Amino acid sequence: MKCLRGTSWLKQSRIYGVNQSRRSLIAIGAGLLGASCEKPKAPSETGGTMRAYGERAPAEKIVRTVREATASAGSGSSRTPLQDLYGTITPSSLHFERHHSGVPALDSSTHEVTVHGLVERPLVFSMEALRRFPSVSRTHFLECAGNGAGEQQGNPAPDLQRSHGLLSCTEWTGVPLKLVLAEAGLKPEAKWMIAEGADAARMARSIPIAKALDDALLAYGQNGEALRPEQGYPVRLLLPGWEGNVNVKWLHRLLLAAEPAWSAKETGSYTDLMADGKSQIFTFEMEARSVITFPSGGQKMGGGAGAYEVSGLAWSGRGKIESVEVSTDGGRTWAKAELQAPVLSKSLTRFRHAWQWDGKEAWIQSRCVDETGYLQPTREELVGARGLNSVYHYHAIKAWRVAADGSVNHV
Amino acid sequence: MFRFAIIFAAVLCAQDKPSGIGKPANAEKLRALDITVFPDGKGLPAGRGTAVAGKLVYKEKCAVCHGDHGEGREKQYGALKGGMGSLATAKPMKTVGSYWPYATTVWDYIHRAMPYEHPRSLSSDEVYAVTAFVLNINGIIPETLELNERTLPKVEMPNRNGFVPDARPDIRSKR
Repeated sequence: MKCLRGTSWLKQSRIYGVNQSRRSLIAIGAGLLGASCEKPKAPSETGGTMRAYGERAPAEKIVRTVREATASAGSGSSRTPLQDLYGTITPSSLHFERHHSGVPALDSSTHEVTVHGLVERPLVFSMEALRRFPSVSRTHFLECAGNGAGEQQGNPAPDLQRSHGLLSCTEWTGVPLKLVLAEAGLKPEAKWMIAEGADAARMARSIPIAKALDDALLAYGQNGEALRPEQGYPVRLLLPGWEGNVNVKWLHRLLLAAEPAWSAKETGSYTDLMADGKSQIFTFEMEARSVITFPSGGQKMGGGAGAYEVSGLAWSGRGKIESVEVSTDGGRTWAKAELQAPVLSKSLTRFRHAWQWDGKEAWIQSRCVDETGYLQPTREELVGARGLNSVYHYHAIKAWRVAADGSVNHV
Repeated sequence: MFRFAIIFAAVLCAQDKPSGIGKPANAEKLRALDITVFPDGKGLPAGRGTAVAGKLVYKEKCAVCHGDHGEGREKQYGALKGGMGSLATAKPMKTVGSYWPYATTVWDYIHRAMPYEHPRSLSSDEVYAVTAFVLNINGIIPETLELNERTLPKVEMPNRNGFVPDARPDIRSKR
């Protein structure tokens, strides 16, 4: 026993660089002890080694589904496996992605954010400079405006990852944008802010100044560490509750202007085409939405009739979730679900509902109300107001069909 | 003295006096960095091009993805033309010609993001020319019209008045 300890201590002392003369002394001592020592007969029952950067258990395999949109790599989307996650926080490595021209490899030691246009003092901020400002951490969901376009058009996805997976929730850390703008000094004519990324396509969006001065962040932290490259490393714009695309990643320029730029991504796409041929533009807030994560498409209620917990997520870009209701009879009756505290503004809220399944076919669905009183609509109500081609900001009720054998399918 | 310091700090905050974080932007660097073009033409550099010239640039640098005549290729490489009159139908076709409200956006986007593999590799004249070509195949401008920083903002796009402000909440749900 003493012998083994001596040997392992020796290994450690080498790793940690104990000075040479002392190490030699220990080596001699260990050698002397080792000579009179036998190896243990049974293998060691101690566990594996430590890791400098952690990884999940080898048996855990859930991943994002990655879809390349062009022949060139990096333009497309990947979806979060919401059906397999616990609680409300999305691990950074499973956060959904949407890139329009790949993930740039930026160097945080040289990256700069320039603030110019209608300001008193055009300024350039290094990452070191941005981290000198007071910082805040806030938990917010991010959802792609196109999350669920297929649902609207009557092509529902077979599982939650593909139907709702352009949604994630993270603790973001950064500097309130208003502090950075105050440093540059806004001129009174500055009504819009054009945010531009340093990706190959220089993706740019125009933001009303009121949002920039409200709860906007320049975020450099995600779930306690630096942003992942695919989430905008080293710094992104974070506009809580607003469609994913305006949360410009790899942020390198903020241009203050009197008018919006009418950029390609705010005109040619991310505009909501109505049935009359007109399009709503500058539609930023993601409206109240909820979905059942268990049981959901592709899953199985394996235990037969009896007690199950129906669980799901609710969120609103306009504030907190006020209430969630669950129906297990195709929408005829609704029961109030339990909301997990704390219920945070513009964040994912986990809801739960105890269900005694009678073992017969059942249609299950959830609907939510946010703190503005907005009730999540049915698909029929949404299509009635907007038609079938608005594509973006779809947020209607989602139903799953539980078959008598416990298998769950999309409706 | 201490009280004076507190009052002084409060006055500083109230006046939004800068804290000195960040460094002044270099004017020359700013000019290179600022690629935003507005509908009124602000941000457009000097330059010129026609659809005739643009056709050659397009064939060499754009056709591989967008097709020889701007017809697009698969869903990912959207068509650059067509779709006029389709927006209120069951199968709307959103293209530069049928959907985009401003010609300046076409210039801005080609300049900042195209060709996809080598964005910002076109000269200003080439961007004016390719913009002219894309507008011409949509029947919006004649083949010989010279686009430059003065004529481009005057081009009237078919869907110029097709956009309305966010009208939400627009759905009245019933329990």
